[in-house]
Amino acid sequence: MKASRVASARSWLRTSNVPSDEYLEGIYYVQGRDFVDAGIVSSEIKKNLKEKGIPESIIRKVAVVTFEAEVNIISYAEQGTIQYYVEPGSITIEAKDIGIGIEDIELAQQEGYSTADDSIREMGFGAGMGLANIRKYSDEFEITSVPKEGTYLRSTIYVNGK
Amino acid sequence: MTLREIKELLDAEIVVGEDKLDLEIKTAFGADLMSDVLAFARSGCLLITGLSNPQAVRTAYALDIAGIVVCRGKALTDKFIDIAKELGIPILWTQFIMFEACGRLYREGITGCIREVLVEDKQRAQ
Ligand SMILES: Nc1ncnc2c1ncn2[C@@H]1O[C@H](COP(=O)(O)OP(=O)(O)O)[C@@H](O)[C@H]1O
Ligand SMILES: [Mg+2]
Repeated sequence: MKASRVASARSWLRTSNVPSDEYLEGIYYVQGRDFVDAGIVSSEIKKNLKEKGIPESIIRKVAVVTFEAEVNIISYAEQGTIQYYVEPGSITIEAKDIGIGIEDIELAQQEGYSTADDSIREMGFGAGMGLANIRKYSDEFEITSVPKEGTYLRSTIYVNGK
Repeated sequence: MTLREIKELLDAEIVVGEDKLDLEIKTAFGADLMSDVLAFARSGCLLITGLSNPQAVRTAYALDIAGIVVCRGKALTDKFIDIAKELGIPILWTQFIMFEACGRLYREGITGCIREVLVEDKQRAQ
């Protein structure tokens, strides 16, 4: 219920490259500032992908991307969703949130740039590496944001490498 | 080196993974920053960290890290232990500081899971 609320409220954040829902494998709700459970979505998605017999090296990439995206929603947004699509040959992760958004998207992607507070650093994050990590593990990557509205992130990982 | 030998070497307690003491470990990574672990650690390595929260375990799980050594005798919560059990990540607990733990392991032949951060590493994962 909460998930669909986020999805429909911010459907404007959708872009054209999202796989069709035919490939939608799972959708998870992420609550902002819920630090204790940070990483749980990443773990769950990994468990699911293992059952599907997807190569371990690919699952690791998906796990890192979802982890950093999840931590960002928890750290900076009010609420959001993480969904993933398993297509023949690739896996796509979509992270969307309602929140403060990002003013300068180029700056935010620079390694070392961070507006994290202590509660984020205590989790072992907040050194300005998250978006760089997501980029690094992605074969396709896109991030758009509207300040005071929310942020949309999409990462696609090819099953047979770049 | 087996996890059992590492336990002895680090004067550590095995908190989770009593059944995995025969696991063979060849490489390690040491950091408190999980974003760095996610960026640079490799599957099968041992993670030496002073971070004893659920995110450390979930980070290890994300990368198929063989086990975690919690150094500096950092307090372990029930939640941390429960998640490690659930995700099957062995936990060793030592009073040694990270430098001492890493030094002891290195002296016995454990190497870094990567040696240095190369330009390629920054750009793209393996
Ligand atoms: N979903 C988001 N909503 C709002 N701001 C974000 C979001 N994701 C990232 N940011 C901003 O971009 C910065 C860099 O993010 P990231 O690379 O993940 O590093 P870190 O989270 O360690 O600061 C953050 O500090 C924050 O200011
Ligand atoms: Mg981040």
